Amino acid sequence: MNTLPVGTIFALSLTAYSTGALASLATWRKPALCRYICCGSALAGAVLGGLAAVFGILQGTPVRWSVSSGIPLFAYSFDYDALAGFFNLTLAILAGAVSIYSFSYLKEFEGKRNIGFFGFLFHLLLLSLTIVFTTANVFLFLIGWEVMALVAYGLVTFYHEDRETRRAGLLYIVMAHIDAGCLLLGFALLMQVSGSAEFASFRTAAAQLSSGQQAVAFVLFFLGFGIKAGVIPFHIWLPAAHPVAPSNISALLSGIVLKAGIYGMVRIFLDGLGILPSWAGLLVLIVGVASAVLGVLYALMEHDLKRLLAYHSIENIGIILIGLGAALVFRVAGHPQLAAVALIAAMFHTLNHAIFKCLLFLGAGSVLHSTGTRNMEELGGLIRPMPVTAFCFLIGAVAISGLPPLNGFVSEWLTYQSLLAGFGATGGLTRILFPLAGSMLALTGALAAACFVKAFAITFLALPRGTEARHVHEAPRSMLVGMGWLTVTCLALGLGVTWFLPAFDALTEQLLGQRVGTNLISGHGLVLSAGMRHGGTVSTAVIGIGLVILLIPAVLLVSIGARRFARRRGPTWDCGLPGLSEENEYTATAFSKPLRMIFSVLYQPRREIQAVFDVSPYFPKAIRFESEIEPTFEKRLYVPLKDLLLWFSTRMRAIQAGSIHAYLAYIFVTLVLLLLFGVRP
Amino acid sequence: MTGLLAKAGLQLVLLLLVAPFLSGIIKTLKARLQTRRGPDVLQSYRDIFKLLRKGMVIPDTASWIFSTTPYIVFVIAILVGLMIPMTTTDAPLSLFGGVLAVVYLLALGRFFLALGGLDTGSSFGGLGSSREMTISAIAEPAMMLAIFTVALGANSTNLSEMAKVAVSQSWKFLAPSQMLAFAALFIVLIAETGRIPVDNPATHLELTMIHEAMILEYSGPYLALIEWGASIKQLVLMTLLVNTFFPFGLSSDWTARGLGLGLIFYLTKMLLLAFLIVLVETTNAKLRLFRVPELLMVSFILGALALISTFLF
Repeated sequence: MNTLPVGTIFALSLTAYSTGALASLATWRKPALCRYICCGSALAGAVLGGLAAVFGILQGTPVRWSVSSGIPLFAYSFDYDALAGFFNLTLAILAGAVSIYSFSYLKEFEGKRNIGFFGFLFHLLLLSLTIVFTTANVFLFLIGWEVMALVAYGLVTFYHEDRETRRAGLLYIVMAHIDAGCLLLGFALLMQVSGSAEFASFRTAAAQLSSGQQAVAFVLFFLGFGIKAGVIPFHIWLPAAHPVAPSNISALLSGIVLKAGIYGMVRIFLDGLGILPSWAGLLVLIVGVASAVLGVLYALMEHDLKRLLAYHSIENIGIILIGLGAALVFRVAGHPQLAAVALIAAMFHTLNHAIFKCLLFLGAGSVLHSTGTRNMEELGGLIRPMPVTAFCFLIGAVAISGLPPLNGFVSEWLTYQSLLAGFGATGGLTRILFPLAGSMLALTGALAAACFVKAFAITFLALPRGTEARHVHEAPRSMLVGMGWLTVTCLALGLGVTWFLPAFDALTEQLLGQRVGTNLISGHGLVLSAGMRHGGTVSTAVIGIGLVILLIPAVLLVSIGARRFARRRGPTWDCGLPGLSEENEYTATAFSKPLRMIFSVLYQPRREIQAVFDVSPYFPKAIRFESEIEPTFEKRLYVPLKDLLLWFSTRMRAIQAGSIHAYLAYIFVTLVLLLLFGVRP
Repeated sequence: MTGLLAKAGLQLVLLLLVAPFLSGIIKTLKARLQTRRGPDVLQSYRDIFKLLRKGMVIPDTASWIFSTTPYIVFVIAILVGLMIPMTTTDAPLSLFGGVLAVVYLLALGRFFLALGGLDTGSSFGGLGSSREMTISAIAEPAMMLAIFTVALGANSTNLSEMAKVAVSQSWKFLAPSQMLAFAALFIVLIAETGRIPVDNPATHLELTMIHEAMILEYSGPYLALIEWGASIKQLVLMTLLVNTFFPFGLSSDWTARGLGLGLIFYLTKMLLLAFLIVLVETTNAKLRLFRVPELLMVSFILGALALISTFLF
């Protein structure tokens, strides 16, 4: 199958994104037309991009093409290999869903906001992501990376009249540039060794890296890509920036822009730096565990629906890093097969998280669209007016909690299996880390389930808590179609996992030289097995079928039993008080109270209660309640860092006297120093 | 295929019949230890039978989540029951889900039960759901550590494989790692099945209740499904404990003789475990909610010690 036109279709997809960007700008004066152009061309680009990725994966052999630019080291070179195909496919699935969703979503912008500018940024975001995932040239990669950061800034601050939004945007752009700086240094180091700016040259040059250089490069790239991926402790921009963007953009930011960091790590750690020592893998693993546990713990304390989802992105990036770290450790320990399984776990979770997080953000977007609030404490009862949104959100919630038979469970199961194998595959005391990481993964999963019980139940179930949630209607059809597509993907990837997993063979063969996809499948293609000595088997398909078949006796029991008496509706037990109202309902804050108490060491919660009363404190007229948790990382890490920076800047002011003579002297001294260094052989 | 269905059918009948019996035994034993007469062993069957024939009231505020939950809870309990070895090492659906699937399927049931509790709009449902999710979350790492310890010994997370390895070394429970893991899992069992000192299964309409608060609004056949499901879940967790650590009498095939002998051994082991649970329930007072994490921390540390001792001894 060497005739598939991967390159042509890919180029067409890039063209669709670029013309879409320009056409959106050109038609900004006609909002309705602009909306159609914006969503239509993005959808076309996504379909073409998805097609190219599917063809590329089917074809198996990488497609390369390069156009020289005339500038030294810089070339428009692309390398469409399995890794690029995987990330492009993920991008295409999400971009398709978001474009369909946006048909109706952007309607409320008409007459209020510039859809043309939005479309321009939206297309540039997709274009830069495609370039980042596909290019083989460092400079083109960095340009794509920077465009992505700037465009994302434009989209995050789209509602720029809000002070909170502007602050979040500033924080985001500062962090994005720290990460770009780290990458620049890292790539400079690699280019110095290899003498070329092509990724392929790093592979061959990796052997010449001294262990010191390798360590420095690893740390720089881990910082750079880690900030982009939002791992703890570099996460602080993420829960600020993602929720304030328009919801369709939040879905893309959490779904795929974060994954650019994961892409970079996989590309560089597995392909560009040679075999990394095991401490590097363990560091990735430990940072992953910390991100997973802390991410979900902070998510539990949120009652802003979109911020809650943003914190869950940190958690899931952590789970991905657990798999990636395990893969790195296994590779250096001489277990490439295990490394391949761990890598599949990480990559499959990347895909899964992209899909269900996008779905959940789009669901939150529908809720925000209909009610106008992100505060869960004002929501409730939305399952009746918005049944489809509620169903899609529920599927997303079950999937992200890692519950069977959906896709989140499968990738977490593979992660568990690789962690279990890690105990036998590595030596020394470090091997105790693997089962411990497994138990922390279990904690993360259970806390995530708790968090999504809260998110779903408080938002969609029981009675509305605020006036916003009272008179709402279902989201328009195109938004439902966008969410429905992702819901179907979640179900298909969960129940039909054994059909999709062999597609990862090309990826693991490229990065680790192993094909394990067929080892993972057994039992008439229905059963997923861990493909290793320490292993188990599971079949989401049979679990799904079993749940349906076993439903028959349950339904029979109830229907036979309930023949004599009808079921009737009645009021909920109200302890004899006059009727139940929304004031009796549990709130999100109340729901997470036990965990706030248990983990109070981390949260340092502070609360304040003031009661207003006339005669006796036992009969308050009004109560003011205030509760907050300590933003540990901001307070303990970033504020001291900022203070240090400001202190240093004030000191630097002494030499910035503003006198032209002084500046001339500085220039002269610098010149002399440079000449001295330059002349030395 | 037909063999599989026959095995599954047989084990299904066993599950449905033994689970209420075990709940009944625990209640009777507990009453006797407290010098009460208590209900007889068959009372649990009568309860379920009666509930199935009653009418039911569904709260005004509840949505389809409330009505779907009982089915999900019940179906998951029996599906999980088919994945564990009861009287033979060869569980019908063991190939399709190991111990991780069992833990996560039970979590799925709990997820919906908690949603059902919150769907009613009553504060009781909310507090039950909140506490249930909290306690299960902090029980999870301890459970997973202990499970990992056993799975590492058996080189598999597949329950039939684990049972086969256990049978081949029946006296392994004397090893320190196994004893520590058993202790850790026993504490988790107490927490997961909602027994004293974590939760009191005998309370109704008290501010300390957890599981009962979540299902307060359920009535009639729905309540029957939930109660039956809960007793099957308890059976499953207890079976997991006895058959992993004390695999005596587990038959290696599905012959009548093996099954009969296996059933006798199985019931004896379960009765002994039930007695242990009753002993703990009678000699302890219920803990304050915020003392429970300390108990589960003990379990976590026992699990960690079990793990460390696997490669020390």
